Amino acid sequence: MTTTKNISPLWSLLEQVSDPEVPVLSIIDLGIVRDIKADNDEVEVVITPTYTGCPAMDVISMNIRMLLLENGYKKISIRQTLSPAWTTDWMSEAGKQKLSAYGIAPPNPVQQVCNTQLFAEDEAVACPLCGSIHTRRISEFGSTACKALYQCNDCHEPFDYFKCH
Amino acid sequence: MNQTLINYVLHLADNTLILSQRNSEWCGHGPVLEQDIAITNISLDLIGQARSLYQYAATLQGGNVTEDTLAYLRDERAFKNCLLTELPNGDWGQTILRQFFFSTYQHLLYEKLLNSKDETLAAIAEKSLKEVTYHVRWSSEWVIRLGDGTEESHQRIAKALKELWSYTGEFFIPADYETATANEGTGVEIAALQQPWLNKIQDVLQEATLPMPEAKTYMHTGGKTGIHTENLGYILAEMQHLQRSYPGVEW
Repeated sequence: MTTTKNISPLWSLLEQVSDPEVPVLSIIDLGIVRDIKADNDEVEVVITPTYTGCPAMDVISMNIRMLLLENGYKKISIRQTLSPAWTTDWMSEAGKQKLSAYGIAPPNPVQQVCNTQLFAEDEAVACPLCGSIHTRRISEFGSTACKALYQCNDCHEPFDYFKCH
Repeated sequence: MNQTLINYVLHLADNTLILSQRNSEWCGHGPVLEQDIAITNISLDLIGQARSLYQYAATLQGGNVTEDTLAYLRDERAFKNCLLTELPNGDWGQTILRQFFFSTYQHLLYEKLLNSKDETLAAIAEKSLKEVTYHVRWSSEWVIRLGDGTEESHQRIAKALKELWSYTGEFFIPADYETATANEGTGVEIAALQQPWLNKIQDVLQEATLPMPEAKTYMHTGGKTGIHTENLGYILAEMQHLQRSYPGVEW
């Protein structure tokens, strides 16, 4: 399909679709919408999963489809792509701020931790409640595939960290 | 239809599905809550990889084949997973060690598979490698914690090492479809990964104060060509029973 019309309203429209597990983030904030093509009432949306086993992808696909149908698009195709692989570096700044306000520490830029070096920890993961960077990792795996579990050494609050990927 | 490539993709998929199924048995039974969550997260990553691979195998096969028919309606002899992945969980030490052996192998494998001439396999490897990096780190750290931990934890993981070691050689003995796909440039020359794997294992075992076993010893084989231990039958009985009893049932 070739894009014959202005698609920027479509990008804005898809901001209404949120991640079902982190509802404060839109799929645009997350960076999982990779491409949109449109022609008359036909739309193709290309999305990429955050993690291969992320159960939210099926719900997200369905929600994109519903939203486009409600807005008059009739021929909708949603395609998944794996390469280039999703990275937390694609998360928007607005998205990171929303995450922090929601109580989840946003990902640090992808750095030395995304390798196999043992006992490495992300530097200076700030507590989303009190802002202290005196925090420690409790577990590299958290409540969803994309998060790790941390605790603040100052205010003692446990919190989720959207881990770099 | 390229049956060799299909077999290769199924082999990669079966490894991840069966180990995922095994790890998921820990759900609600982990030694502490955080590690219960960790092992089941790893299960979820592995099943995600299995889905990508089965979806691709289904596309290659065509017809009525889907990711679900491949997972739920094949018999034991059609599964091509390495024997290590189907072994019982044992205690925490045995589960950790199995994950460490497997993730280290998978990391080396996916690094090479990035260069596959098959674009879909390369993309799956690129995506999965990020997840496996976390698995390697987590399982290595736990091997060290247990080996260099208490007398009890050391003794248990040392016992696991004796029990599991003879199932690790199979990774590096290529099945026909591995040799053929490696020659075509779609697969990976698996024997060449053995030395880097041994080096990594040795580093971690040394840090864990565990003895490095002899690499040239008797190794169990057969899983890659469908000759399994009795364990796989029990896994499939549990995993497939719903689809076998109520064909086509949906959630």
